[in-house]
Amino acid sequence: MEFWLPVIWSVVIAIAVIMYVVLDGFDLGIGILFPFAEHDQDRDIMMNSVAPIWDGNETWLVLGGGGLMAVFPVAYATILPALYLPIIVMLLALVFRGVAFEFRFKAAPRNRWWWNLAFAGGSTLAAFAQGVTLGAFIQGFQIQDNQFVGGPFDWLSAFALLTGFGLVAGYALLGATWLIMKTEGALQDWTYERTVPLMSVVLLFVLAVSAWTPFLENTIHQRWFSWPNIALLSPVPIVTALVLFQLWRAVNLRREIQPFVLSIALFLLCYLGLGISLYPTVVPHTVTVWEAASETSSLIFMLVGVAILLPIILAYTAYTYWVFRGKVQPGEGYH
Amino acid sequence: MDLDPLLLSRIQFAFTVSFHIIFPSFTIGLAAWLAVVEGLWLYTGRRVYYELARFWTKIFAVSFAMGVVSGIVMSYEFGTNWSQFSNIAAPVIGPLLAYEVLTAFFLEASFLGIMLFGWNRVPRGVHFATTCIVAVGTTVSAFWILSANSWMQTPAGFAIENGRFVPTDWFELIFNPSFPYRFMHMVTAAFLSTGLVVGGVGAWYLLRRRNLPHGRIMVAMAVGLLAVLAPAQLIIGDMHGLNTMEHQPRKVAAMEGHWETKTGAPLILFAVPDQEAQTNHFEIGIPNLGSLILTHEWNGEVHGLDQWAPEDQPNVPIVFYSFRVMVGIGLAMIALGLTGAFLGLRRRLFESRWFLTVQALMTPLGFVAVLAGWFVTEVGRQPYIVYGLMRTSEAVSPVPGGSVLATLILFVVVYGIIFGAGMFYMFRLAKKGPEADQGEPAHGTPARPLSAAGDAAAPAE
Ligand code: HDD
Ligand code: HEM
Ligand code: HEM
Repeated sequence: MEFWLPVIWSVVIAIAVIMYVVLDGFDLGIGILFPFAEHDQDRDIMMNSVAPIWDGNETWLVLGGGGLMAVFPVAYATILPALYLPIIVMLLALVFRGVAFEFRFKAAPRNRWWWNLAFAGGSTLAAFAQGVTLGAFIQGFQIQDNQFVGGPFDWLSAFALLTGFGLVAGYALLGATWLIMKTEGALQDWTYERTVPLMSVVLLFVLAVSAWTPFLENTIHQRWFSWPNIALLSPVPIVTALVLFQLWRAVNLRREIQPFVLSIALFLLCYLGLGISLYPTVVPHTVTVWEAASETSSLIFMLVGVAILLPIILAYTAYTYWVFRGKVQPGEGYH
Repeated sequence: MDLDPLLLSRIQFAFTVSFHIIFPSFTIGLAAWLAVVEGLWLYTGRRVYYELARFWTKIFAVSFAMGVVSGIVMSYEFGTNWSQFSNIAAPVIGPLLAYEVLTAFFLEASFLGIMLFGWNRVPRGVHFATTCIVAVGTTVSAFWILSANSWMQTPAGFAIENGRFVPTDWFELIFNPSFPYRFMHMVTAAFLSTGLVVGGVGAWYLLRRRNLPHGRIMVAMAVGLLAVLAPAQLIIGDMHGLNTMEHQPRKVAAMEGHWETKTGAPLILFAVPDQEAQTNHFEIGIPNLGSLILTHEWNGEVHGLDQWAPEDQPNVPIVFYSFRVMVGIGLAMIALGLTGAFLGLRRRLFESRWFLTVQALMTPLGFVAVLAGWFVTEVGRQPYIVYGLMRTSEAVSPVPGGSVLATLILFVVVYGIIFGAGMFYMFRLAKKGPEADQGEPAHGTPARPLSAAGDAAAPAE
């Protein structure tokens, strides 16, 4: 029990986080691509393709944060103060882009650009702040007695900026492939054209981050390059390369659904790589899942809830996606 | 300059949570009302109910969006600003918040999409079910978060081990002593606040002689709700207060403005409390009534603030004035509800212009009462974050004051913009009214946006 509960919970939290990254990733990606669209009508369609589902997607962020507090309080209570500024900036960016869904369509036409800006700027900034958070997280924090003891700008580093821009590109790719699936005609053509260059940018970021990460911390280096790990783990980069190649082909062949699925696979693989680098620490390099875990009785109490409720949540989430399936029509509006 | 992260974090938390609670108060009530109106439409087949549902759904969407984004901020602020509290209380508070996410937030957020945009995508019955689910979701969310908050007020079902709060009995913990009262009081407050808004807008339509069928329904339903729930709220509030007196006597002493412990204490109607001198100025009171209300005995003994050292007292003026604002508004709501019911029985409700004017003017007061009530509750709990056990000063994150000041300024600016715009759009929607929808074509014009502001042609089966 003492051993397995934190392990099971780390898997549950990891699932919540990746659900968030993939689901909100594509709708943040829509916001990142927003300013580049050619007509305001295209922007309507882009926004309409996610308007009914973005709120559910963002709820995974609440589960990730709330779950972290509930399950690994030590991690929650050290990481959040360490990342104080980027996290608050992310939250404020999400405020802007969240209300833009409602406000943009209610604004007078001449004031619309304001909410276009809020949506695009908010989405991009939120993605960037999440990427920075990720980079700073991988690098680790100064901790003593389960408390953060560093300064307010410790998170700011070249590596964190790299992951920040990388995540913006990655979300944009998710968003673009989602749009391929949900649109047709000129807007779909436009998206296909943008997807290949976007892929190359993402590839560069994946390479740069993967090459840099092992040199941040000796343990990560050991994990990947010691024998026999190097042989056991080599499928991860190889499969990643195959996925990227197939993604490139799928876009060129103008497949509609495959690109989105493959972009998700790409995210899953990068995430797996991250997990391999860091496990079993939740505050990287210092605090393990066992040291950070909450009380056993709290963990059991919540696990019962998760076991019953998470399948139900996934079922009705699937139902809402199904209700809004198919291509978004220009001017269709779900009245 | 020395910036105190504790004080700044308190201001920031108070600001962000006060902003947040305005929207839940409205969405909890409005979701329930929308479910009723949509049900009436399906039951009676009268188009006016359908138009009401569509119209208020748009306003609901704006309020809901602001509630969601400001709520996400709250859930992270526990970690960014109160990390020590999170660490020590997580085994208790964490599961409650986690259950809130699992049982309520996903439900609301997922079905909201269908509720707003699914009118033509799902059959009527399914849509109605969706509206009901959203309404249930908002109330379930209130259940969990109020349980967490009540535990901080009246902790129960726990032990302290290795410097941490550890749950021992989940039932006692969730249904801690103040929770049933707080939950009833808050949900009733949400219904009352929403009733004032719906009735106020309806009264305004009647005064302007437009949207008459809609306006009449809105006014009549609101008056009915107020006539029943406003007096009920007085009773619930009184019971809540008695419970507080048992568990948090110093909060009640601050609410009542009692500095000295005495028998046969007066009910103080007005005073200017002076914390430094530990006394009231300009006190106006009714002899013995205080003892009668609090102990239900003419000469009962009432604890005063002199029982506690000044550094263990909450800020008395804030608690004292906020309490009077809340109760004053509560009494005004009772008067409005009963007068309206009286006029209604004499069939003069929709003609009486002075009554409609008063009703229209009272539109925002519910939210004022909600905020005042929370100020009583939260400021009255000070200087503790977990009453009697953990001080707020021990809860704060190791974050420099400069960071907190910077984010506080950002919050004020961003929330100012969002609040201003949101209010503006809600006002404009209300001003247009339900009838503005009727002229629109059945199949939206091209470039018709996908927001809750779709047009009102009734969907097919
Ligand atoms: C009495 C009810 C009540 C109270 C006291 C609070 N909330 Fe709230 N909250 C709601 C009632 C509510 C709601 C009705 O469920 C909301 C409002 C509008 C909405 O969309 O859901 C919501 C939304 C909401 C969300 C967004 C949910 C989503 O993604 O859909 C979060 C994360 C929180 N809240 C968190 C908090 C925290 C951390 C609070 C305390 C400090 C808090 N709320 C006080
Ligand atoms: C939603 C309505 C609420 C309002 C308007 C409200 C208001 C306030 C105010 C004014 C303060 C500052 C008190 C002071 O420092 O003097 C405060 C503090 C606080 N409240 Fe609330 N509160 C609400 C709900 C909640 C809930 C539901 C919780 C927890 C589950 C909560 C947890 C806290 C915490 C952690 C603090 C900071 C520490 C402190 O100052 O005690 N609040 N709140
Ligand atoms: C009419 C007479 C009323 C009485 C006697 C009353 C009594 C009380 C008391 C004693 C508290 C503090 C409880 C505590 O912190 O332990 C409280 C809190 C509160 N009140 Fe009232 N109240 C009344 C009316 C209202 C009205 C009309 C509203 C709003 C529409 C309202 C909204 C609230 C809220 C939101 C809180 C904070 C949450 C809570 O602790 O329940 N109250 N009330």
